[in-house]
Amino acid sequence: MTARTRAAAAELPISHREAGMPTPLVGMLLFIASEVMFFGGLFAAYFNSRASYAGVWGPPESAPELEILPIALPITIVLLASSFTMQFGVWAIRRGDHRAMTRWVALTLALGVTFLIGQAYDYTTLGFGLSDGLFGTVFYTLTGFHGAHVFGGAVGLTILVARARAGQFNARHHVAVEAVSIYWHFVDLVWVALFTTLYFLR
Amino acid sequence: MATTTLAPRFGAFRRSWVWDWLTTVDHKKIGILYIVNSFLFFLAAGLLALVVRSELAVPGLQFVNVQTYNQAFTMHGTIMVFLFVVPVLSGFANYIVPLMIGAPDMAFPRVNAISFWFLPVGGLLIFSGYLVGGAAAEGWTLYTPLSGAAYAPGYGTDLWLVGLTLVGTASILGSVNFIATIFKMRAPGKTLFRMPIFVWTMLVTATLILLATPVLAAGMIALLIDRNYGGSFFDPAAGGNPVLWQHIFWFFGHPEVYIVILPAMGVVSEVLPVFSRKPLFGYRAFVFATIAIGFLSFSVWAHHMFVTGQVFLPFFAFMTALIAVPTGVKMFNWMATLWRGSISLTTPMLFAIGFLTMFLIGGISGVMLSSPPIDFHLQDTYFVVAHLHYVFFGGSVFGVFAATYYWFPKMFGRRLNERLGKIHFAMHFIGFNLAFFPMHELGIQGMPRRISDYSATAGWTELNLLSTLGAFLIAASILPFLVNLVATFINGERVGDDPWEGNTLEWATSSPPPAYNFDVLPPIRSERPVFDLRHRHDAEHLAAEPHPPGEGEA
Repeated sequence: MTARTRAAAAELPISHREAGMPTPLVGMLLFIASEVMFFGGLFAAYFNSRASYAGVWGPPESAPELEILPIALPITIVLLASSFTMQFGVWAIRRGDHRAMTRWVALTLALGVTFLIGQAYDYTTLGFGLSDGLFGTVFYTLTGFHGAHVFGGAVGLTILVARARAGQFNARHHVAVEAVSIYWHFVDLVWVALFTTLYFLR
Repeated sequence: MATTTLAPRFGAFRRSWVWDWLTTVDHKKIGILYIVNSFLFFLAAGLLALVVRSELAVPGLQFVNVQTYNQAFTMHGTIMVFLFVVPVLSGFANYIVPLMIGAPDMAFPRVNAISFWFLPVGGLLIFSGYLVGGAAAEGWTLYTPLSGAAYAPGYGTDLWLVGLTLVGTASILGSVNFIATIFKMRAPGKTLFRMPIFVWTMLVTATLILLATPVLAAGMIALLIDRNYGGSFFDPAAGGNPVLWQHIFWFFGHPEVYIVILPAMGVVSEVLPVFSRKPLFGYRAFVFATIAIGFLSFSVWAHHMFVTGQVFLPFFAFMTALIAVPTGVKMFNWMATLWRGSISLTTPMLFAIGFLTMFLIGGISGVMLSSPPIDFHLQDTYFVVAHLHYVFFGGSVFGVFAATYYWFPKMFGRRLNERLGKIHFAMHFIGFNLAFFPMHELGIQGMPRRISDYSATAGWTELNLLSTLGAFLIAASILPFLVNLVATFINGERVGDDPWEGNTLEWATSSPPPAYNFDVLPPIRSERPVFDLRHRHDAEHLAAEPHPPGEGEA
């Protein structure tokens, strides 16, 4: 950097760099827009398959009927609750309450992992697989990709907890918390749409 | 009196230049990596095109068997679209967009590096099909059920799917970066409507990539599941729907056409004003036409599927024809820019004018194909091949070479030789028309695409031979270009910071620019800040003049 640039940079008011939404958040929102289209493609495949399917839509006859109890509904409630705990964490760090934020994010992580374990257990009880007909294919593809996104979110939450324990966040600097929370809410919303589609609209 | 050196010299910590390029996060170096990588894939895909054209030169199978032929045209199309035209334009944008908006770098430099490095990996994965029993051979559109496990066994298609998913991921990350850069990194005074047109076209392009590519990714993963894990998305025997693949592919594939052409339109819109010595005619109309094309591109995908009988013809035919309106607006923008300009026919200008004329032909044949009765007749014939090459090659590739000759002095401080450049253009232009214009007639006569042989009695021999000659002339035209590159790097003319008297901000810094891009920025009061800077005394002179009579007197 030359002396001239430094002088010019010093003259620029800070507001030029900090105006509006932080750049990492913009990046996260754009990434989520692409994710919306990704799941849009999968949902389109689901509805197209359902519309053109000649037989009875649902699990193969050899398998039991899909039920929201005892697994699907409880893990849905768990995942919905985790969105609230995540948001409490964001509000805590906006206030500068570092300890509360760490606890809320850790709780969110625990709920997310609970969801994943519940879903994995659910897979073992369904009685049909990915290769058992068209419904099996779309069911496992959609829930599987959603599960992979929950796993990605859980990795993000783990990093947040680690960084929080290293004391890297405060009321002014916590854009990573905001970004992960937006992603987590998005993953949650996808599940609401998926749950409704697979278990009620069917 | 003793002297001590307290701080080490800047750059004292030296690394090898190889390490420097492999680990760089500088948008300019990454841009050059993009361009070099794309050019290598361009040469590979060009050789495959020569295989195809050699086989078609005369009736009979002379050089390759049918399977090799199928692999050749499949890989030619795939590599040209996904690993040449899209990334090479992203490469120029990577280099130029931050400079044009007065930014020190992209918004996410490390994301930028990874979106580049996915490309060679993905490309080599796609090519590695040749090593494991044959590359994908179903055409670049990979229609199901032809691409299903039953008809395309072997790893070539799986590698195609995996490699292309990587390339798609790279372009999604790249487009997140472009949009964030354009919205968050503009210099003070660089409002949206003072952005150069190239930046606008990249903004719309990045938006299309962001929204269209993930849909293809979903489709490719579905096909991968079908092929490898017993899925039945596209398997009619299990109740699946093979036409679903066409919907997914073209929902991505048609925006892809605009992903490929919009940045080239942006390049041309930068080159024409500079070498006509006029501002672009109708800046705002151009911007809104670009945005309109972006919106319309999502509502026309099924015009590739008229003959499936599963789409609503009037809607898609109407929307497709509608795209001619904003495109026509742009044609008038460009022509009116040239009108009464002080035109200098430099090599970048020649390629830009080549773009205008060739893209016009491709656009007109596109409007013809938007009409279902004509489309029914011409579907999957060489007419479609001609049309798409007039758009992709006559449009985008001419734009790519215009950009190469125009921004080469920016990147290296030396200008490519004009004489060799004009030879390159002449051979390129003649070869291109020789190769692809006869295909219109072949298609109307009914020659189907993707065939390796045809009957000597069909009457297609002469036109095919002509087309093959043209293809070799295009290939030969790359030689003066390569000679030009080497000669320029050895002892090219050093032309200073702003050899073309450019308008936009990239010419306000040194050529090549320093790592941090700008020491100082000129005041930005229009979309042509460097023009304003060059003519600031005229402006002061005008301002100092007394008002003409009748103005400003109440």
